[in-house]
Formats: sequence, C-alpha cells, structure tokens
Amino acid sequence: MSMTGIAPLATTSTDAVGDMTRSGAPHGRSGDLADAPASHARQAARPRAHLLDHPLDPPLDQPLARPRRWRALASPVVFDRWAARVVPWFAGAAALLGAAGLWIGFVVAPTDHQQGEVYRLIYLHVPAAWMSMFLYLVAALHAALGLIYRTRLSPVMARALVPTGAVFTAIALWTGAAWGKPTWGTWWVWDARLTSELLLLFLYLGYLALVSAIDDVRRADRAGALLLLVGVVNVPVIYFSVKWWNTLHQGASIRFDAAPSMASSMLAGMLLMALACWAYAIAVSLARARCLLRERHLEALP
Amino acid sequence: MAHRERGDLDGRAATDAPDAPDAPRRALRVERLGCARGGRWLFRDLSFELHAGQALALRGPNGSGKSSLLRQLAGLLPREHGVVEGAAPADLAYLAHQNGLSLDLSARENLALATRIGGRDLSPAALEAALEEVGLRQAAATPARRLSQGQRRRLALARVRASARPLWLLDEPTAALDGDGEQVFARLLTAHLEAGGLAVVATHQALALPLPRCIALTLGPASSRPDPGIAPAPAASPMEFAP
Amino acid sequence: MLALLHRDLLLAARRPADALGPLVFFALVACLFPLAIGPDPALLAVLGPGVIWVAALLAMLLSQYRLFEADLADGSLEQAVLAPGGALAVVAAKTLTHWLSTGAPLVVAAPLLALQYDLAPTATGVLALALLIGTPALSLLGAFGAALTLGLRGHVLLALIVLPLCVPTLIFGSGATTAAQQGLAAGPQLSLLGAALLVSLVTLPWATAAALRLAVE
Repeated sequence: MSMTGIAPLATTSTDAVGDMTRSGAPHGRSGDLADAPASHARQAARPRAHLLDHPLDPPLDQPLARPRRWRALASPVVFDRWAARVVPWFAGAAALLGAAGLWIGFVVAPTDHQQGEVYRLIYLHVPAAWMSMFLYLVAALHAALGLIYRTRLSPVMARALVPTGAVFTAIALWTGAAWGKPTWGTWWVWDARLTSELLLLFLYLGYLALVSAIDDVRRADRAGALLLLVGVVNVPVIYFSVKWWNTLHQGASIRFDAAPSMASSMLAGMLLMALACWAYAIAVSLARARCLLRERHLEALP
Repeated sequence: MAHRERGDLDGRAATDAPDAPDAPRRALRVERLGCARGGRWLFRDLSFELHAGQALALRGPNGSGKSSLLRQLAGLLPREHGVVEGAAPADLAYLAHQNGLSLDLSARENLALATRIGGRDLSPAALEAALEEVGLRQAAATPARRLSQGQRRRLALARVRASARPLWLLDEPTAALDGDGEQVFARLLTAHLEAGGLAVVATHQALALPLPRCIALTLGPASSRPDPGIAPAPAASPMEFAP
Repeated sequence: MLALLHRDLLLAARRPADALGPLVFFALVACLFPLAIGPDPALLAVLGPGVIWVAALLAMLLSQYRLFEADLADGSLEQAVLAPGGALAVVAAKTLTHWLSTGAPLVVAAPLLALQYDLAPTATGVLALALLIGTPALSLLGAFGAALTLGLRGHVLLALIVLPLCVPTLIFGSGATTAAQQGLAAGPQLSLLGAALLVSLVTLPWATAAALRLAVE
C-alpha cells in the first residue's frame, strides 16, 4: 500500500547548532551528526558524554565486556580515552629505552675493527629503516580495514601513521648517507635498496599530498587508502633487494634463521633502539590520531 | 555482459509474441534512508514506497538534498544508512543536471552509443523514432556541441526514453526546456507511467499533468516549508495526490 | 564494454590533436637532451636509452589527466559508471584507448629517435619491444593516478603520486635497452618488465575503478 500524499509533517525543532533538514510526507527526520537519534524529548535531556560522541556509537554508560574489548576500540570515543591513558606510558618507555640504547651503542659497545667509530650510526639507521617499512605496512593494513569494513577510525590511523613513517624514512636515508660517505666513499649510490627506500619516501609524501588536496574527507580517506595499498608492493622489494640484486649495501645483519653476526652488546644496543623507535612511533601516532579526530569532529559541526 | 535486444523503441524484440504476458509488478521501496554530506545530515530515516504507474515528485529549495536522494537511488552515492529495494542498476535510467552527452558526437551518435552502452541495441528505425519523439529529427546529424541547451536536454530525455528501463530518476528534467519541450516531457512521462513504469522526479515547478496517482515529497528546512494547513502546490495542478 | 570502447575510440578519432600532443612532446624532449648535454656521440649512445625512456614516461603521464576529465564535465562518466559493465569497464575502455592513441605511436616513433642517439640495431629493437611492454603498464598507472586526482585543481599531483609507482617499469625497461646497447642479454630485464606489467594488470584496474567511483560521487 503506497504512502498517502500531502500529510502535514511532524515538526522536529533542532538545537541551535544543528542543521534543520527534514523529509516529507513519507516519514523521516532531521538532525545533525552531533544529535542523538532518540526522540526529541530525550534529545535535549541527554548530555553529550564526550567531545567525540557520535549517535551511532553504542552508549557508554555500561562497562565493556571483556571479550568485546578490542573491537570496542573502533569507536572514536573509546579510542580517544584509551589513547589518552596509553600515550604517556609509551612516551616514557621510548625515552627510557632510547636513553639505554644510545648509551649502550655509543659508550658500551666496542669499536668496530673495520669501520671505526662511524659504524655507530647503525643504532639509528637500522631501527629507522625497519620502522619506515613496518609503519608503511601497518598504515596499509589500516587502509585495507577502512576500505573493507568501513570503520571510521581506520583511515584516521593511517593518516596518523604516515607522517611518522616519512620521518623515519628520512632519518634512515640521512643516516645512511652519513654512514656511506666514510665507508663507501660516496654519499649516495643508486643500488636497489637505497633506491627503493627513496621511493618509499616519495610514496609517503605522495599520500600526504593526495589527502591534503581532496576537500571531501570521505573521498580523501578512501583515495589515500587505495594509494597506500597500491604502493605496498614496494616494501617487500626494499626488504629483499639485498638478496635479489648485487648491491653495495650490506646484507641482513639480523636474521631469524641464523645467529647474528655481530657482538652481543651491539645487538643489544640495536634491539633497544628498535624498541625505543617502536614505542616512539606508537606514542606519536596515537597522539596525532587524537588530534585528527578532534579536527574532524569540529569540521563536522556546521 | 548485458543482454542485448535488437528491436524497436519500446523494447519488444522482433521475435516476441505480439501480446507478451504482463510484466512483473515493480515497486521501489525505500526504508530509513539517510544521507550525510560534508558532515551534515541532508535527510534521515526517509521511507516511502512507489508502485508501478506512480511518480514521486521531489520538491524543496536548493541544497535540500533532492539531487543527493536521486544519486543515492541511482547508486552513485553510497547508501550507508537505510535500505533501498527495487533500484538495481539494470532497472533504472538516471538523468542528472548534466546531460551525459559527449559534445564531439552528433545527436544520433550520442543516442545510439548511449543506448548501446546501456545494453540495448536500437535498430536505425527505432533511433529515428526516438529522435522524432523529442523533436530532434532535423538536428540528428549536428554535433552535440552545436545544439542549444534545450536541444541537449531533449536529447538526454530521448536517451532516458530509449533505455526502456522501468525506473526513471530525473533531476530537473525540464531545465532549459521551452514550452514545447515541457510538453514533450509530459508526454514521455505519461506514456512511461501508463506502461507501468515508475519515476522519481526532482523539480522546482509543478508539473501540470493529468496523472491518476502521484506522490509529493518535500525536502528542506522547516523554516521554509509552507504552513502544513495549506496545500503546497496550486490546486489547479492535478499532479498532487489527494488521499 | 565494447560499446564504451567504440565511443572512446570515436572521441579520440574526432580529436587527433590530443593524440599528437604527447608524440610531439616525446620527440621534443628527446631532442632537448643532446642540445643540453653536447653532441659527443659516445656519451649520447650511453645516455640514449634512459633519455628516451624518461621522455616516453613523461609524455604518457602528462596527458593522463585528461583521461576522465572531459567525461566528468559533460556527465557521460557517471552514465558510463551506471552501465552494465560498471566502473571497471570504463577503466578498461579508457586505458585501452589511451594506450592505442598515445602509447602505440610512441613505440613506433622511438626507433626513429634512437637514430639520433646512434643506438645499435639490436638496442633499437629491444627499445621498441621494451616500450611495447612498458607503455601499457604506464597507461594503467597513469589511469590510476588520473582517477585518484579527478576533479582536483592542479595536474602536478597526478605526476607526483604516480611517478614513484612508475619507477620499476622505468628501471627495467631502460635497463633492458642499456644492456642490449652494451651487448649483454636483455632477457632478464625484459621478463622483469613483463612481470611489472602483469602485476599492474591484475591490481590496478580494480583500484582505478574504486577511485573512479569515489570521484563520481
């Protein structure tokens, strides 16, 4: 049975902030993204529980059951609170681990008999290179999750990770050049590993350029996600390039299937620095994600 | 691949029996559809149902979401909130603000290629008939670039007509049309509805058509709505549906 | 999809200047390098393959922004996306048309330009073959960039995001030609080039279709 025609509409007034749009005789409702989906009477009464409250999220009053804990992080509000608690710990860990790693690397570890003191750049170069690849993979994973499951938080996480990844890539390239000059005699050489690491930097920058050029947030998120996913093929190329091509760059020093070929104190220093970089990346990305969420929420209000 | 029928304008293939069995009763059902653009809801929880032979007239001021609703029904905008049934891509013909014509091709070429892209292969006679119906027979060989805006709109209407799809989604179909063009449109729409088709038409003006059944739907801010006690369209227009 | 291809080819035929532009650009850039570097034949023979490849890459890339723009402006792009083939058929038709109108002429013109650089006949043959394999990959990559940046101001963004992705094709293609120029076997590089083309072929059309649907919203 079809709907009747011109029936007068139930008027829903809105608060001062909301945009007033309504649908017609076939019934519908108006509201802006910040309003609760409840009826109008409750709408005015319910206080906003959090700055990032969104009507489509589950209500926050009941505690989260343990099995649902991780998936609940997909909600911006829950994520924001969790990140606010967690970031200081990771920041502190990064500082401590970094201090310990640098101390071991620059003070405790012995001098390399071939390369002298300059080899100590390894403590920054190798963890930075690892992080540059790892962060790209994590960002690509979030991009895929955002595209497939349309979670609201995934594109935000991808956007938060990319600048940090770009910074690590730049550090890896810079320290690599500083190390290469005394060791190989040249600042730069166009072998497979260096070239693909440079490409990784351009991929990061391309992503940042693309998402900042698109005004519509949704389109920017998804277009950036597509770009990240298409570029992810570059990461295995970087990683395996020293094995596939004869390059000037040395082979992998740390492998999972053989004993490492360096002194244990050097290894300890490098691992500590790797953990420090990882903790730093987490702290910075989460903090950036919180900022991005606030930006988006503010832009969403008319 | 789409099933191609080479035949006449109304979609009857040459091999069909003269009186084909009744087409299935089509319906468009929309349930709690919502559209958010740029962080604002344009409309929410919109529900309606449209049956064969009915037209839905979308009214509302600029920016009220008429075009967005049509694009959601067409599938160009994502339908993230709500359910739409009966608007499969193969069932609809969409006329946007733009005409969808390649300016470098002639009117005839545009029509032929557009219908072929949509999966129908029209015979030359059917093409000529389609152009004749909208009054473009003289201009059939003119590049679309040299047609006037009204002529381009007529060509776009011819494309919609020739697609032989049951659901028409039309966004301001009479824009740039002269009085004669509006009559052409009225004829096309009436014929379509009488043949059992459905139509959702976004329009600023009242369509003066002697239609038996039509629904009006108004989108837009509360402040600009007319007093609900007064009929929102002139009483002379029989397009409005009285319960 | 054939109907889409028919229409795109017809449109390309109606505007021959669009196809000639990249070709002339290609020839111009390839002529600029000897003027800038100097006429030393040995140097030119060494640089030739790389220069020709970079010129081909730029010629294909700089014309890609137009791929979807005109159809977006007149509304035929969204009609094509609504057609039975969907965005994927649109991408396939447009990419194929672009390669036929822009890439294939480059493949034909490249041996003529190779004469300028005094490349050996085997090297010229390998150059043509490598361009034959590489230009479709460049078309696919350019279409991806064009769909991502459709409707945005400024055309440099397209080149910015696509050039890093084009680098493997460039390296393998140019490397194959250089190897042939030096008398080495070009087979390995050519097969890597073919691999790059295959990877592009199985991933990019779907990504481009998704980007196109985003742009049409």
